[in-house]
Amino acid sequence: MYNQEKLMVKISIQEADFNLSEEVNLLEKLNNEDGAVVTFSGRVRNVNLDKSVSGLFLEHYPGMTEKSLEKIIEQAKQQWTIGRVTIIHRIGQLLVGDQIVFVGVTSKHRKEAFAACEFIMDYLKVEAPFWKKELSDGEESWLDAKQSDKDKAKNWQS
Amino acid sequence: MIKILFFAALREQLGSEGTLLPSENISSVEQVIDALIVKNPHWQVAFKSSLLCAVNQEMVNKSHSVNTGDEVAFFPPVTGG
Repeated sequence: MYNQEKLMVKISIQEADFNLSEEVNLLEKLNNEDGAVVTFSGRVRNVNLDKSVSGLFLEHYPGMTEKSLEKIIEQAKQQWTIGRVTIIHRIGQLLVGDQIVFVGVTSKHRKEAFAACEFIMDYLKVEAPFWKKELSDGEESWLDAKQSDKDKAKNWQS
Repeated sequence: MIKILFFAALREQLGSEGTLLPSENISSVEQVIDALIVKNPHWQVAFKSSLLCAVNQEMVNKSHSVNTGDEVAFFPPVTGG
């Protein structure tokens, strides 16, 4: 649920899967001032860097993760007039096709919700302390951070 | 004391989830790293790789100050989302 006092933000780090329509309902419930709802969901791909992938293990830094996501939402709220924000990120063992991440933003009109949703996702990628270990052909390896993700986040500063 | 935490590939490389360091003579992240390497010389290689650092769960650079009671975490560049 959204805490009205705390800027209508929901952050959840969880092992369990999430339901897209339930999350959209939560963003819309008793929220008739916002006409736009933009959501992003990320899933485990079957191929990464030309290697076939069977699954992922996701680790995070409890405490810091929540703080860093709160900070990213604060930064978005400073740039755009937005209503509710939901961030869900799964941890633990995930298989190909599983949902990993959900970002939902509401605003009066679509432009701000689109921008804020993309901004939150771009910053989550480079600032939130999550790490992916990839399972491929029975072998496990930690993924390296991508320069393209760093560049995307930097683009918002220009 | 200063609470030290390691995550992900770094945790596996060091074979340690973290440790406690006496805070005497430590006032920066750089000095935390030096003290860890003095205590565990074989950790030097791991600390030469590209690492991020957080003090009290806020990302900082290596010149950031560290005080007794702080939580200092080291980890590889993040790969969530």
